[in-house]
Parts: sequence; C-alpha cells; structure tokens
Amino acid sequence: MHISFDHVSYIYQPNSPFEHRALEDLTFSIESGSFVAVIGHTGSGKSTLIQHLNGLLQPTEGVIHIGDYTLKAGEKNKHLRELREKVGVVFQYPEHQLFEETVAKDIAFGPQNFGVDQKEIDRRINEAVKATKLPEALLDRSPFDLSGGQMRRVAISGVLAMEPKVLVLDEPTAGLDPSGQKQIMDMFYDLHKEKELTTVLVTHSMEDALSYADYILIMNHGKLYREGTPLELFQQEDVLEAVQLDVPEVIAFLTKAKKEYGINLEYKGQSLAELAKELAHQLRGGSDHE
Amino acid sequence: MEERQVEFRNVSFRYQEDMPWVLKNVNFTIGPDEWVAIIGHNGSGKSTIAKLMNGLLFPQEGEVYVGGTKVNADTVWDVRKQVGMVFQNPDNQFVGTTVRDDVAFGMENHGMPRDLMVNRIQQSLKAVRMEKFERHEPHRLSGGQKQRIAIAGVLAVSPEFIILDEATAMLDPKGRKEIMQTVSDVQQERDLSLITITHDLQEVTMASRVIVMNGGEIWMEGSPRDVFSKKDHLTEIGLDTPFVSKMADHLKKEGVRLSREPLNHQELLEDLCISRSTM
Repeated sequence: MHISFDHVSYIYQPNSPFEHRALEDLTFSIESGSFVAVIGHTGSGKSTLIQHLNGLLQPTEGVIHIGDYTLKAGEKNKHLRELREKVGVVFQYPEHQLFEETVAKDIAFGPQNFGVDQKEIDRRINEAVKATKLPEALLDRSPFDLSGGQMRRVAISGVLAMEPKVLVLDEPTAGLDPSGQKQIMDMFYDLHKEKELTTVLVTHSMEDALSYADYILIMNHGKLYREGTPLELFQQEDVLEAVQLDVPEVIAFLTKAKKEYGINLEYKGQSLAELAKELAHQLRGGSDHE
Repeated sequence: MEERQVEFRNVSFRYQEDMPWVLKNVNFTIGPDEWVAIIGHNGSGKSTIAKLMNGLLFPQEGEVYVGGTKVNADTVWDVRKQVGMVFQNPDNQFVGTTVRDDVAFGMENHGMPRDLMVNRIQQSLKAVRMEKFERHEPHRLSGGQKQRIAIAGVLAVSPEFIILDEATAMLDPKGRKEIMQTVSDVQQERDLSLITITHDLQEVTMASRVIVMNGGEIWMEGSPRDVFSKKDHLTEIGLDTPFVSKMADHLKKEGVRLSREPLNHQELLEDLCISRSTM
C-alpha cells in the first residue's frame, strides 16, 4: 500500500498550556512494497508519526493517504476499522499487551474482533507461529509462563494473524539479545519480501537501517530532516551527527581509516569478509590505481 | 570480610520448586570501585543476579553478601541503601508527579534532610543533563529522558553499588553514549562499583571485568579483551562480538597479522598500520 503524508502536523493538547507540536509540516511518500526505516533521536517525533499510520492519532493539519484511505485534519474518519485491518503495528515491548489465558487465544484476539471465522483463524495462527518460530506445543500454555523472547514472538504472531498489508514496527527488537534481535529482524525481512508488504521500521539501530531498509526518513524536532537511500545518507557523517545520530559502525570505521591512516576504501554495501579482502589487498601495497 | 563488596557464595535460585534452576552454584565477588559487565543471552540468569543483589529475590541455596551483610528479609532495607538499581523499562519505575519529586523519592525513603535533598536533586539532574526538566511531569518525557531521570534518582541516594539492568536498551545511540559517559564519570568521581547487565557490546568494552552467563552458570570471567578473543565460543551461546572483533577475524583470514584482540577502531587501525609497514 502506498503511503503519503501531505503537510501533516500534529499537536498534543492544542490550546492548553501543555500544547506541544510533535509533528510539523511533514510531507513524504512511501512506495508500496518498500522497506522504510524511520530514524531520529528520542523525542524526534518517530512514534507520533507511526501512530498516524493506523489512525490512532489524527493529523491536526494536513492529509494522509494510506492506500485508498484518507485521514484528514478536522474530519471524522469512518473507515478506521478497515484501515486497522490492513495496517499491523508492533509497538515497543508488545509483550506487555498480552492478556489472554493461552497463547492461541491471544493470537486469535485480533482476527476474532474483525469477525474472521474460526477455521480461518486456526489457519492463521498456524501460519503466524510458523513465521515467528514459536513451537506449536506452546499454543495451549499461558503466555505469562513463557520467556521474554517467546512472549515477544507471541505478540508479533498476534499482529501477523491479522494478515496486514502494511507492517509498522516500533523498535521491535529492543531488549532482546543479539541473536534474538537478528532472528526477529530476519523474520520481518523475509515476510516483507514473501508477502510483498510495505514495512515501516522505527529504529535506533543504524546497523538495522543499513541492513534492511531501501529508504530512510530522518526525523528531527518533529520535522523531516533528510530522506534518501541508506548509502546516500550514511556517507554524510556530519549531517547525521548534527541531529545526534551515528553512522553505522562499518562506515565510521572506514571514515577513520581514511582520515587518520590514509587507508582508502569506499563503502558500497560490501560484507565484512569482502571489506577485509580489499583492506588486506591495500595493505600489501596494492591499490585501485595500479 | 572485605567491606564494600558484593559476594555470591554458591548461589542457586529457581522461581518455583517444580521449575528448573535459573542460577546454579554461582560464585563471584565484585570489589570496590570495580566496573563489571554481566552478559548472556535472554534467560541466562543475568537479571536474576541483579534481583538477588538487592534482595528483590532471595536464593534457595547459598548466600549473597553486600558490604559484609548477608542479604535476607531482616537486612534488605539496609542493603537497598547501598545498592541502587535502574531497570530496563522506564515506565515501570516512576512514582513522582514531577521530575523533582521522582528524584526525591528514594531520598525521602532514606529520611534525608530537605536542604541536602534539594542540593542532590540539582546535582544528579545535572549529571544526566536533565536539569531543565525539574518541574516537568515524568509521563510526558520520552523513553530516553525518563531513563535519565531514573538514573538521577539512583545517583541522588549515593549508593555504593549501582546496577544498570539493560538500562540503556531503550535509548537512542547518542543517549546511550551520554548515559554511559555520565555513569563512567560518576564511577570515577565517587567511590562506587558499577554492575552493568547489557547486550550492548560497546558498554561491555568499557567495563574492567566481564562475567559471561550461560544456562544459569558462570561460563567465563575475564577482561573484555580476553572475552572477545573467544568469539567463536560466544557465538555458540547466542552472543555477538563487536564489529572490530569480527573485522579482525576476517583480516586474519586474509593473512593480516594482528598483535592483539582489538577493542575499538583505534586499536585495530594502529595494528593495521604496523602490519602495513612490515608486509
């Protein structure tokens, strides 16, 4: 689903002493089927932005298009239910939202609310737990008896069981160990490709933004600060640093190598093994200009 | 026994009798002014260690000593004066209606005089760079800001041990660095030991000692350099190694000779330059 923001602003508690402009005049679009990372330091407006994607918040000014749906400032939106069926949101620490007696019931809760019949729900539960690699034996257990990592997978399964077209991920790997983080991100990436989803990932990990995203939006003080492909944006260390963001470590390393040690290697998305090979070649006195 | 240290003696713990042991016969000592990082995959027992240190849990077997006092139901309130703790999720650790009230909460519990409290509130908010937010409502702050307030609240009580239980997991990269810098400054200025439970490898390299947990047991103990030089084994137990460590490995495979396990970019690049001149 194609997503576009047209001069969108959002103000928390307008006309009160607590008035706070969280989004300011945002205009951008997200191509259908793309994987977009939204980055920005804490408080830059990322979470406010994504809460508009399923109509949890309505713009104070401007218009948002999500597929055929329109969210417009000052208008009551009648089709939120349909929108929420299409846009699945994995919030931060989604396991805090588990509440049912069993894992299966928790996963079924979303589709049930939207009137999906039981047979179809069962099929979806099976598919969701397969995707998240939850052992089927856990389906009848209480979600509260599971480990943190497993609870996270249950919560994510619940979102997947809605079979959304747009997947919105708000720091989905926060608090997981490194191998758990990689598993979850790889899983989302596979689903993104397989189901041709439009994926919006809010992340603090520049490494994840570099590895998974086709396109990046950088937020700062509620405004769109920069947008572009990971390779374009991450080469500009000073631009990122100005808004308290880092470049991915591999790029920081290569920049330092060039500046302080005269080792000239351009980053074009190589793997570490490939970089090591090029680096070793240079150290032996070989260069690109032979 | 040495004062101002935390000691685990043959500690075993499980949550219920029919549940598996979460910690199995764990022994270690954390001395004064030490910075110890505890790492391990989810479920390896890291957080249980933290909860045993300030009496949120008591071991079924073995003993935990804090500052020479055995942690039990009678001593837990004294122990908590010495052990400050910051948890992962900032939303679960707020009590005050304003930032200053929240920072004051711990001190009020310890019955500190008002003048001292006012002073400490300002000092600790300054240490976490939140001095402008003294009158703000905590629930309106972002996750990272909340966490800085939580750290300020702990600093204000001036404990001898601070445990950060994945306290930076929700912060942005710069926020993380700021907090770690703050914590590191405080650790050097005041006499306190720091225990960081973390998945962040950068944080691990800042510690003086690392305890690696696996399946409820201490799997390895050593300096960050020692630990990361065993990277094949770390991967086996679901842990990651820092970028420089991986890069060093790939370079070695390409026949580049390195003199030591690098802990940061600088160390690796210096080594590369030496190897360039000899190749």
